[in-house]
Amino acid sequence: MEAATLNPQAITKMTNTAHSGREAGADRLFRRTSSVDPHVGLGAIARITRMAFRYPLRAGLALAATVAAVLMQLSIPVILGRAVDRAQAVAEAKAEPETLYRIALLLFLASVARGIFTLIQNYSAESVGHLMARDIRNAVYGKIQNLPFSFHDRTHSGDLITVGMLDLEGVRMYFSTALVRTVLLGLLIGLGATLLLSTNLTLGLLALSFVPFAGWRSTVMRLALRRTWLVLQERLGVLSQVMEENLAGIRVVRAFAASEHEITKFEAASKSALQLSHERIETRVNNTSAMTLAFFAAMGLVLYFGGRQVTSGEISLGTLATFLTFMSILQMPVRQMGMMVNGYARASTCGARLFALIDHESKVENAPDARDLKISEGTLRLENVSFAYNGNSDRQAVSGISFEARKGETVGIVGPPGSGKTTLMHLIPRFYDPAAGSICIDGQDIRGATLSSVRQAVAVVQQDSFLFTTSIENNIAYADPFTRSHQIRDVAESAQLHDSVLGLPGKYGTIVGERGVSLSGGQRQRLSIARTLMMKPAVLIFDDSTAAIDAGTESRIRTALKAYAKDRVTLIVAHRLASLMHADRILFIEHGRIVEQGSHDELLRLGGRYNDLHELQMHPSAEMLVRKEDGR
Amino acid sequence: MNQTRTSESRDPHEDGRTRMRAVVGSDRIEEEIFGRVFDGKVTRRIWQFVRPYKRQVAISVVTVVAFTCSQLSIPLLIRYAIDNGMTPDAPPGILLKIVALFALVVATNFVASLVQESVTGRMAENVLFDIRRAMFGHLQRVSLSFMDKTEVGRLMSRLQGDVNSMQEFLETSVLAIGDILLLFGIVAAMLWLDWQLALMVLTVIPILLVVRILWLTRARAAFMAAHEANSITNGALAEAIHGVRAVQAMDRASLNAELYGELVDNTLNAQLRASKLAQIMIPIVDALTGSAMGVVAVAGGLMVASQRIEVGVMVAFLFYIQRFFDPIRSLTMQYSVMQRAMASGHRLTEVLDVEVGVEDAPDAHSLGEDDDGSVEFRNVTFGYNRENPVLKDVNFRVNSGETVALIGPTGSGKSSSMALIHRFYDVQDGAVLVGGHDVRNVTQDSLGRHIAMVLQEPYLFTGSVRDNIRYASDWADDEAVVEAAIAVGAHEFIEALPQGYDTMLAERGSNLSLGQRQLLSFARALVADAKILVLDEATANIDSYTEMQIQKALQRLLEGRTGLVIAHRLATIRNADRIIVLQQGRLVEQGDHAKLIEHGGLYAQLYQLNYASFDDLPDELSDEDRTLAT
Ligand SMILES: Nc1ncnc2c1ncn2[C@@H]1O[C@H](COP(=O)(O)OP(=O)(O)O)[C@@H](O)[C@H]1O
Ligand SMILES: Nc1ncnc2c1ncn2[C@@H]1O[C@H](COP(=O)(O)OP(=O)(O)O)[C@@H](O)[C@H]1O
Ligand SMILES: [Mg+2]
Repeated sequence: MEAATLNPQAITKMTNTAHSGREAGADRLFRRTSSVDPHVGLGAIARITRMAFRYPLRAGLALAATVAAVLMQLSIPVILGRAVDRAQAVAEAKAEPETLYRIALLLFLASVARGIFTLIQNYSAESVGHLMARDIRNAVYGKIQNLPFSFHDRTHSGDLITVGMLDLEGVRMYFSTALVRTVLLGLLIGLGATLLLSTNLTLGLLALSFVPFAGWRSTVMRLALRRTWLVLQERLGVLSQVMEENLAGIRVVRAFAASEHEITKFEAASKSALQLSHERIETRVNNTSAMTLAFFAAMGLVLYFGGRQVTSGEISLGTLATFLTFMSILQMPVRQMGMMVNGYARASTCGARLFALIDHESKVENAPDARDLKISEGTLRLENVSFAYNGNSDRQAVSGISFEARKGETVGIVGPPGSGKTTLMHLIPRFYDPAAGSICIDGQDIRGATLSSVRQAVAVVQQDSFLFTTSIENNIAYADPFTRSHQIRDVAESAQLHDSVLGLPGKYGTIVGERGVSLSGGQRQRLSIARTLMMKPAVLIFDDSTAAIDAGTESRIRTALKAYAKDRVTLIVAHRLASLMHADRILFIEHGRIVEQGSHDELLRLGGRYNDLHELQMHPSAEMLVRKEDGR
Repeated sequence: MNQTRTSESRDPHEDGRTRMRAVVGSDRIEEEIFGRVFDGKVTRRIWQFVRPYKRQVAISVVTVVAFTCSQLSIPLLIRYAIDNGMTPDAPPGILLKIVALFALVVATNFVASLVQESVTGRMAENVLFDIRRAMFGHLQRVSLSFMDKTEVGRLMSRLQGDVNSMQEFLETSVLAIGDILLLFGIVAAMLWLDWQLALMVLTVIPILLVVRILWLTRARAAFMAAHEANSITNGALAEAIHGVRAVQAMDRASLNAELYGELVDNTLNAQLRASKLAQIMIPIVDALTGSAMGVVAVAGGLMVASQRIEVGVMVAFLFYIQRFFDPIRSLTMQYSVMQRAMASGHRLTEVLDVEVGVEDAPDAHSLGEDDDGSVEFRNVTFGYNRENPVLKDVNFRVNSGETVALIGPTGSGKSSSMALIHRFYDVQDGAVLVGGHDVRNVTQDSLGRHIAMVLQEPYLFTGSVRDNIRYASDWADDEAVVEAAIAVGAHEFIEALPQGYDTMLAERGSNLSLGQRQLLSFARALVADAKILVLDEATANIDSYTEMQIQKALQRLLEGRTGLVIAHRLATIRNADRIIVLQQGRLVEQGDHAKLIEHGGLYAQLYQLNYASFDDLPDELSDEDRTLAT
């Protein structure tokens, strides 16, 4: 394969020549282009075919109906030929005119039967496609929901959407547009060939002479289109990513008056996709036209040699009519051969990507002998926990962290940005698995427990929270949608959200917009606190989730949660020391390690980093700034 | 649904309601997918995009006519060959001549279809990309008030789905011309060959039309239902993808899979119904084809027998009947493509016609090097909707080179006033002046270059760290990028990343911590090297120590620039030349630290109470002050 034309650098080059100058970094936007391996394609095709035959009844019916429809279809030229001959015979008074009625009836019946069988064929084939789509949809959804954070960190959401929507279509269409059509065409040609060759060898050969050519062209086309599809999908992915990020980040674009910059970026992505689209059209058109040409050439030959045979009386005019009609019946499927080939190409690329997703092995999953966590004491214990993103052990985000917290205790966590606070908080509900060390709840290592029970035992109010596009009420009740309404109000009150909600036009029924844009930052954070409170976990984590809430409100939340906190471990990450002063213990984290720990008073007495922070926040004065500068 | 978890067992009082809370995907109403077949306004609008390709359109039409004519003439040639070339008394060379003519027709057919398909295909693609570019470009200018209330997903579905169905429409509409021609051509050819036989055959047309029309209304409803079910399901999938972290955190995966399964089943049923309806026409059309052929066999046969027509005519008729139903079938298919395209076209025009809202005045001039960095609010009143203003009669002036802190509780209108400086929105009353010019009289681009902002929510793009810091400041070299990173204290962590400044950021920068993202967006604003620097709570997710370091760097960076800083922490605020206190959209006091302390207002009270942050307004205090202010 012309692998050289496919690698990312080549694409980059094309883009850059299309757009000179240091633009947009469009080259860097292209993600790895998987190399094209035709075998992978065949593997995917085989697997899709197997999936289709998971519905043996419908698939079998589709194929059987195809055979029947083909038989009817083939009978029509024969009957027509007979009609022509009979008409001539009647003209020459060698037959009774009444026999024409029988032929007409036969024609009608054959047509109706063909129609009915085609209906059965199409409907069964399409329903196999829809049923497959149902299975794949469920599998994809389940997979996406359960793949760990590390997978989603690496995968752009746009790519997943492409796989889940467009690739699904490619696979769904496979059975009806590719497989059944192949059978149809194969049968038409195969049976037709037998029929024609046995009638008249020369004419038969001539009539079918275009088939090898068409077969060759379609193979060439299949490979070319498959390659083009693969790259095109990727480029369209880049294009939609550029558009999506532009719209989502429109404020930044405006703030930097960067619309020209963005349009350049868009143009680059758009041009490279357009260019490939054109290539795709070219490939398709050239090949289908060539196939049609071959078909007509064969027809011309049949006309000439058949005509000579008719003149010389070797064959009847009816036989020639049969040959010609048969060819005109073949015309449609030959034109559709392009579609069929395209269907294969599409199914194999789409299938390969779908299966890559479905087969993706989750690193964080239930152990084979996983059991539900049993919460008794509610003690959280971290022992020597280390973690690195991407398994890169010399860049540990968290290293050697140990601490213990009992029911009713609150642990505060502070540290500079990037020190590993969020990472640590994400290890406890097992969003990621630690590289070393262990996290235990009541003595049970969470890696040995079922994921679901861990997630229920550990609840996190995340730093930037995703709100669902539904009512406030549904958002609050997300973790437990079968709860009672008064419980929703209770947690909203605890999170100091109730009053704000009453101020909204639709109260609890107000639909929260995309990612919650119609709420203020503070309201959003309170909503995400409220929905976490629904969970009644053994460990409750606030990950810097009160930064947009003013301290007064925050302290009211804290008061409201006093009773609630008695039954569980609470971990609070915050920058505002007032938020965690009251904690039983405070951990100061830097470079993934605990550098100081103790109660607020102990840490102040220690006079270290925490104390500095405290000084800075409480007594910000010029002298302080100077002292800090010297101290560094 | 799993019966064990339904509402009755949990909540006997509110039957049904609780079940309604368990949903996946948004419950928004689907947009209309079928429009009128023809909408003059939409057509005109789309035509604007086709017009540049007039030549291609002409070529497509010409070639499609040529293609159709060649298609039509093939049965005629066959008929001629049979009647004149294959009779025993035919002159010897004539068959060869006819076949040569046939070859010519086939060659025309080949060239015409090659040219037609590739020209039309390319043109449709080009038009599609042009429309998309126009929409994208337009959205870059539309005011933020529109963007605020429009979901990105919705715009994306217009930029992609709707644009694609326009493409389908353009491609098929040229084919439709061919189909109509073919249909008329066949009718004409049959009438020409033998009008009596033709009329007998053509009686099937009215029957077909009536059946087709009856079918269409029912089929349309089914197609619509399938489309709707499908897009609801896809919406739920998109939600699962974007919200996957929340789903896992709240352990909803298995319940969601169950709910999604229901949506998928609904889609399946709707699609099966639509598919059944789509196929039902096939046997009907085939029955009619069969009857037409039967008519030719009987009537044509009898005519041949009575020597009224030649056999060749009968054969030609049979050929035409084979091709006769194809254009009818594809025309009705194109009918729904057309309806879908009109609905899409309508939605596209909607985007293209969104009012820009905040537009450059015709005589707007550019803010240049000579304009200073002063900012002035004159009696500014502003609200996101007219009824409840967010800023009320605000007056202040920031001189060029000054650093001013803007403080006040959340929701007091700080971010909104910064948005006004950049003219994200227009004021309702009063005026905002930058560099001494009303922002409405200068170009937005030059205003953007004059002001650099760090927004409250750090938004980063997919791309390298370097590209993100540089962003639109094309002039900045790598040194400038590093310098900015050092200034905000980001250099250290960037260097520690696997590929340093060339490390690729994931979607929205999610492979960095939130604080780190905030630092990058800070550096991005420094690189922009503007006269005015606006910092909107740029350090909320950063600890005080790092913040203090940034503050020190800022003092140097702000030399010769105007600084507008929104912040909570006293440490940040104290260093400002002047402090402006906003409360509930009103300016309640302003002055430097010493003056405000002396004034003994809200600021002094807070300061004396040693509140670390101005968000730390205890209730009593703000209530008291609220009364003071009014
Ligand atoms: N998804 C991720 N992939 C790779 N690196 C990450 C990811 N998330 C965070 N990091 C890196 O891990 C370190 C710790 O980040 P984090 O725990 O978010 O810090 P913080 O203390 O600010 O919460 C940072 O250096 C950050 O760049
Ligand atoms: N895009 C918007 N659309 C509608 N209302 C908004 C928008 N942005 C802010 N608001 C409202 O305007 C008020 C002032 O908000 P803002 O200026 O962001 O305050 P601050 O920055 O002082 O916290 C708030 O009540 C907020 O809900
Ligand atoms: Mg963090």
